[in-house]
Amino acid sequence: MTHQKTLPDSYYQLMEQIQQVDFVLVELTLYLDTHPDDLDAINQFNQAAYESRQLKNTFEKQFGPLMQFGQSFSNYPWDWKEAPWPWQV
Amino acid sequence: MTYTLVKCYSPYISKMDPCPPMLKKCFSTPPNLYIPFQPYNSEQFPTAREALYKGTLWTCLYDPYPLKREENLE
Amino acid sequence: MWYYEKKLQYPVKVSQCNPRLAKYLIEQYGGADGELSAALRYLNQRYTIPDKVVGLLNDIGTEEFAHLEMIATMIYKLTKDATPEQLVEAGMGAHFVNHDHALFYHNAAGAPWTATYIQAKGDPIADLYEDIAAEEKARATYQWIIDVSDDPFINDSLKFLREREIVHSQRFHEAVEILKEERDRKKVF
Repeated sequence: MTHQKTLPDSYYQLMEQIQQVDFVLVELTLYLDTHPDDLDAINQFNQAAYESRQLKNTFEKQFGPLMQFGQSFSNYPWDWKEAPWPWQV
Repeated sequence: MTYTLVKCYSPYISKMDPCPPMLKKCFSTPPNLYIPFQPYNSEQFPTAREALYKGTLWTCLYDPYPLKREENLE
Repeated sequence: MWYYEKKLQYPVKVSQCNPRLAKYLIEQYGGADGELSAALRYLNQRYTIPDKVVGLLNDIGTEEFAHLEMIATMIYKLTKDATPEQLVEAGMGAHFVNHDHALFYHNAAGAPWTATYIQAKGDPIADLYEDIAAEEKARATYQWIIDVSDDPFINDSLKFLREREIVHSQRFHEAVEILKEERDRKKVF
């Protein structure tokens, strides 16, 4: 049966930090698609990709996997399918 | 910035128009219309947080809405 | 293939239960210039466009799915606990008798999504100009929804989505510039 899980403020704060870094990555991706030889932008991209990894590792330790099909490790029991989903929080 | 992000015009007003006339109509002319190819080393918003909440990383592409439309006539 | 990530691209907040606003937002869910149309348009055009700009169509198409999920989240939250009476009062009675609280791919007037909303001419310039037009139409739609919405949180998310249309339009213009460039001529920007 489903049970209510109230998320702590830290969920929203950490999620927002991920959204910020990942947004920079989206913007740089689209930019680099039309400016593929901009080295400064590529360095910034790689730095942001590293930061994103770090933040997601921290997030997943507390709140479970962000991705699946093997893109994240699993806890026991399988917690990927647990609510809440992004549209519910 | 050498361009405005809104353009306005005055539609013809007839005494036969049933609704009270809108003296001025305005429309967006967003920055992408003025940038043929984004230059290298374009200015960025200083933080990732600001970029997210502006909806773009690049200051030259930011276009707030709604604008204060009144300022843009003449 | 694609991987799903359990996060929204942008934090979506909603002030209050407001099914009338949800009815308007459905335009960007299953309407002609909505996010579903956008995603399918670009991802479908990838197969018949020069390799130089496939990546751009791929990535913008992928981002559009994140926007579709944001719109769905807004509609879901605005209608989640609305009673049938509230839905009827908001003009969503016809939606309710067919779909209950389910989302459906139709526009604000209830017309179901159709593949005729998207074009694929197979001509790279024709298709990219179609994409630029689609972005400008989506930008305009966001403006009109912001104009009739008084929910400050929803408007914050809609302003984000409107700005994304501007960035996408810019990148599609650049794709045209890349394709029209003369071969072997060094580009000067």
